[in-house]
Amino acid sequence: MNTMSHKLLRIEDLVLHFKTRLGTVQAVDGVDFELDTNRAVVILGESGCGKSSLAKAILRLLPRNVQKYSGEVYLQGTDVMQFDEEQFRHNVRWAAISLVPQAAMNALNPVIKVGEQVAEPAIVHLGVKREAALNLARRMFQHVGVPEDFLERYPFELSGGMRQRVALAMALVTSPSLIVLDEPTSALDLLTQANIMNVLKRIKQELGTSFILITHDIATSSELADEVAIMYAGQIVEVGHARDFFPAPLHPYAQMLMASVPRLRSESDPMFITGQPPSLVNLPTGCRFKARCPFRFDKCEREPLMFGKNSRKVKCWLYE
Amino acid sequence: MITELRDLKMNTPKINEPQALLTIQDLRVWYELRRFGFGHAGYVKAVDGVSFALAEGETVAVVGESGCGKSSLMKTILGLNIPTSGEVVFDGENLSGLKGDGLQHYRFKVGYVQQDPYGALPPFMNVQKILEEPLIISGMKSREERLARIHKVMSEVKLHPVEDFLKKFPHMLSGGQQQRIVIARAMLREPKLIVADEPVSMLDASVRVEILKLLRALQESHGLSVIYITHDLSTVKYFSRRIFVMYAGSLIEKADTRQLLGNPLHPYTHALLAATSDPEARNAETFKEVPPGEPPSLVNPPTGCRFHPRCPRFMAGLCDVKFPPDLEPEPGHFVACWLYQ
Ligand SMILES: Nc1ncnc2c1ncn2[C@@H]1O[C@H](COP(=O)(O)OP(=O)(O)OP(=O)(O)O)[C@@H](O)[C@H]1O
Ligand SMILES: Nc1ncnc2c1ncn2[C@@H]1O[C@H](COP(=O)(O)OP(=O)(O)OP(=O)(O)O)[C@@H](O)[C@H]1O
Ligand code: SF4
Ligand code: SF4
Ligand SMILES: [Mg+2]
Ligand SMILES: [Mg+2]
Repeated sequence: MNTMSHKLLRIEDLVLHFKTRLGTVQAVDGVDFELDTNRAVVILGESGCGKSSLAKAILRLLPRNVQKYSGEVYLQGTDVMQFDEEQFRHNVRWAAISLVPQAAMNALNPVIKVGEQVAEPAIVHLGVKREAALNLARRMFQHVGVPEDFLERYPFELSGGMRQRVALAMALVTSPSLIVLDEPTSALDLLTQANIMNVLKRIKQELGTSFILITHDIATSSELADEVAIMYAGQIVEVGHARDFFPAPLHPYAQMLMASVPRLRSESDPMFITGQPPSLVNLPTGCRFKARCPFRFDKCEREPLMFGKNSRKVKCWLYE
Repeated sequence: MITELRDLKMNTPKINEPQALLTIQDLRVWYELRRFGFGHAGYVKAVDGVSFALAEGETVAVVGESGCGKSSLMKTILGLNIPTSGEVVFDGENLSGLKGDGLQHYRFKVGYVQQDPYGALPPFMNVQKILEEPLIISGMKSREERLARIHKVMSEVKLHPVEDFLKKFPHMLSGGQQQRIVIARAMLREPKLIVADEPVSMLDASVRVEILKLLRALQESHGLSVIYITHDLSTVKYFSRRIFVMYAGSLIEKADTRQLLGNPLHPYTHALLAATSDPEARNAETFKEVPPGEPPSLVNPPTGCRFHPRCPRFMAGLCDVKFPPDLEPEPGHFVACWLYQ
């Protein structure tokens, strides 16, 4: 693949719709963003806004009831959407981008030793011999902070936090340049969460990996974020550098979402957003946030464009 | 009596607070472990020597990690678990003396809001049925009276217009609306105490605050006592006057919310506070300090202070030998740690 001048990942107009009895679910509906090498973007949004579907769309892990799947996904300058399944499996999934799925720690095979499970992607996707793959697994255990003798253990012998580290080690074993993490800490305790965030930071430092971190836990996401993307009803409504976004979000939804986060070290009174997100089967015309937006005006009946430049963009008419 | 219990030193002072609504005295909840072919194999000491008093109209948060015994403590207060030893006195009445009708009646005085609203609501009943049933059980014969009560609690939890919700089934409601129904159900029989076990942890950020504010408004308007169980320290100060921090079956620090957040004493409390993030970009630049290891087994907990294998301030020969008593280094601020002797 291509040279240094390209972005590690650039996504343009990515669409993933599902077919259901009730109609088309527009789970991912025209998503754009880009990511450099050794950077982390967090994708924040409420339950059901399409975060896991976005992860699936990027990795082309599609269910059977796909209605529409389109757009461009450039990996170091090459549009991998043009690849056939064979090419994609060979060059992209695991080899370049790994996924730690939602609830991965509970998805480990209960009857296979965790060391074998971590080694497997290297054997299957990189064609590494079993012995060498087990050695890789051992190295990955060191990176994620699991004692080496745990290689011989079964998942039930490990705590939740240790199992989550094993799931991470599995994603790392093929040396991908990008790891997609879907809610990696939401089922874990506070101290375990802090530990896992430390591990992710360390991997980023030591291995130069990039991350897409998908979560609804805004406070914890700030532990890894270089960039923030806010997702609402299947679309990204704001993207920007974490250092610009966290102190001053721009999109009305992002502002309200940030204001709803309780803070330990501040006296501000958290707010809440009235109403609910729209159904992805029955989307309103115009701005998808308009029913809940205190700033709505006549223009909002039309779909807003992405305004702004370079690193900071907002999908809202207020910023025209 | 369980033999292991006889050897325990009961070093906690008797709590004597005349206005206390709820008094817990040296409570232990141990679950027996049985191994096939071996019979008795020890106890899970889920609650091990907990004492506190809760005044009428008071709010307290119990904070601790998974498995530390929070739910076991609450289930005992709700009369669903039988204490292994110790006392639970509610409104002047000792729970251990209550049987049958008495226990049933007691449960009416305590409302329960559980963690997973969807799991808490029977899926095949509509909202009206869900709310009517407890009233029928508690002997409210007149249908009009029942409906009036249902209307009242539903408007109190702000499910307007009430008529729109009565015929809906739980799956037709959002998570926040489901949790409102659970709260309405807890309020039905005008309880004096509400136990809310992680009431917002399954909800989205934008809804969490709304539900917590609703609970607080109800607490204030009805003068309720509330025990709020959570693992999220950042929500506590919006809700509770006092905080109890729980670790491995005991309350290791008890203080006023301001006192505890402003001047945490126990090393475990320090660790919890340090691990709690506020959403700020600079967090990504540093590593967090996290104590090594994991919470201990409650079957064979560490000797002495249960936090000692993980504690950065561990003092050999003391912390690993003697269980630290409740000390009171500043008035009203209790901590079970030898540093404050
Ligand atoms: N295979 C599918 N067929 C039909 N609808 C689907 C399918 N997968 C997801 N959906 C729907 O698409 C929407 C987005 O789902 P998705 O899982 O991407 O949300 P999410 O943001 O990850 O939510 P959560 O935070 O709860 O994990 C939801 O309404 C969901 O019900
Ligand atoms: N009925 C039971 N029989 C045996 N052990 C039990 C029983 N109920 C709970 N335990 C054990 O007691 C300990 C405390 O459990 P409890 O549910 O009280 O913790 P918790 O603090 O509420 O945890 P969480 O935050 O995960 O809800 C755990 O080790 C648990 O496995
Ligand atoms: S486009 Fe209009 S309705 Fe949408 S967020 Fe902006 S101001 Fe609000
Ligand atoms: S008693 Fe000792 S081991 Fe326990 S918390 Fe205090 S200093 Fe640490
Ligand atoms: Mg998801
Ligand atoms: Mg519990």
